Amino acid sequence: MRNVIIFFRVYFTFFFFLFLLGLSLYLLFSYNKFHNALYSEVANEVTGSISNQYNKVSYYFYLKQTNDSLVKANEKLYNQLREDYNIPDTVNRIFIDTLSTDSLQRFRRFLYREAKVVRNSVNQPNNYIILHRGSELDIRNDMGVIAPNGGVVGTVIEVSDNFSVVMSLLHIQSNTSGRLKKGGETGTLVWDGVDKNILLLKDITKSAKISAGDTVITSGFSEKFPEGLLLGYVKDIINDKSSSTYTVRLRSAVNFETLQFAYIIENLQGNEVNQLLKKVKSK
Amino acid sequence: MSTLVKNIVRFCLFVLVQVFVLYQIPPLHHLVTPYIYFLFILWLPYKMGRRTQLLLAFLLGFALDSFTKTYGLHSAPCVLIAYLRPYLINLLLTREGSDFNYNEPSVQSMGLTPYFTYVTILTFVHHVSLFFLQALQTGGLVYFIIKALFSTAVSLLLILLTELLFSRKQRFRTNIV
Repeated sequence: MRNVIIFFRVYFTFFFFLFLLGLSLYLLFSYNKFHNALYSEVANEVTGSISNQYNKVSYYFYLKQTNDSLVKANEKLYNQLREDYNIPDTVNRIFIDTLSTDSLQRFRRFLYREAKVVRNSVNQPNNYIILHRGSELDIRNDMGVIAPNGGVVGTVIEVSDNFSVVMSLLHIQSNTSGRLKKGGETGTLVWDGVDKNILLLKDITKSAKISAGDTVITSGFSEKFPEGLLLGYVKDIINDKSSSTYTVRLRSAVNFETLQFAYIIENLQGNEVNQLLKKVKSK
Repeated sequence: MSTLVKNIVRFCLFVLVQVFVLYQIPPLHHLVTPYIYFLFILWLPYKMGRRTQLLLAFLLGFALDSFTKTYGLHSAPCVLIAYLRPYLINLLLTREGSDFNYNEPSVQSMGLTPYFTYVTILTFVHHVSLFFLQALQTGGLVYFIIKALFSTAVSLLLILLTELLFSRKQRFRTNIV
């Protein structure tokens, strides 16, 4: 026994090294669990506020691009106004709904909230975006995030009081359902960690007719995103002879580097669907 | 400045530079991700206890991880190079008593060739272990080995620039009054 103690004392530094290395690796490979831990929330507040200070400066360098993208977004919305359409048929008269406006919330499915991007990275294999809006302003985990041009940015994975962390599409573990706008074939959107402009749409059936430049949109199968949000444009097709499906390379619709504003989408009926699913599973 | 204050300032500066400068600049190429923050570990004093070095390295990596939200990814390589550091210094420190007369590793205290061997080896170990850990999560081992090589080259260039720009003048300490 004495020898064992002496052994440990002699090699204590080595064991300390192994302990710290083991701790790092444990944190690395179980990070999903760790994300919910208390430390992570505190760290989120601290790094978030530092990033916010930094962003106050760097934001000025992107003012022009930000302005342009917001003007474009506005243009798109103006074009969807009802006043723009001259309905020729007098049968289609517009009636004012007699329901009070508040009760419309019952039918509303998605609610958008703006948020300022305070930190953003594109160079890592796992990129996260930090938004200056947190649980105090109604942000919760698993909400979808889009850019002003309507392109998908990612999913909220961690929330503290004033900040939220978004897993960007440029993340190895990001996994979004996408659909070809033309043909309607659905696949899974992933990223291989190499090029920040290229996303991969996997599992597209070989019967699909795809040409370069085709638009890929969200399928609407997930609770996070409504149907029809931009994901990217087809660049080329990787034809793997051994597999029965195509992998399509996409140019991403969002310029992740110059992102300064984002919209967080809340699915107001998401809870209902989840409860329903839970009920089915418990049966 | 006392060693303690100097190292605290360095710790903060290196983390901030890594997060807000090197991670923010548009990448030269997707194979190149420059790192410089681990220079903090390479510059720690000779006399510091080994366990303290390990702990500091872990904290450095962890501070960076808090920003990038990849807990453990940077701390593991940092702990590794902090563990290897004393062995490498023992091997390379040819000048008798340098570790007594100078505070910390530098060109001045170790000599040009040994110092750059020391920096090159630890930079390479850091990058290979870092990209290996990334490859474990993402796959594409060959890609990451190439990435480690290119990134090491660019990081070494940055370290060289840092050494030239911020020359650390160290007093020659001696017990002869």
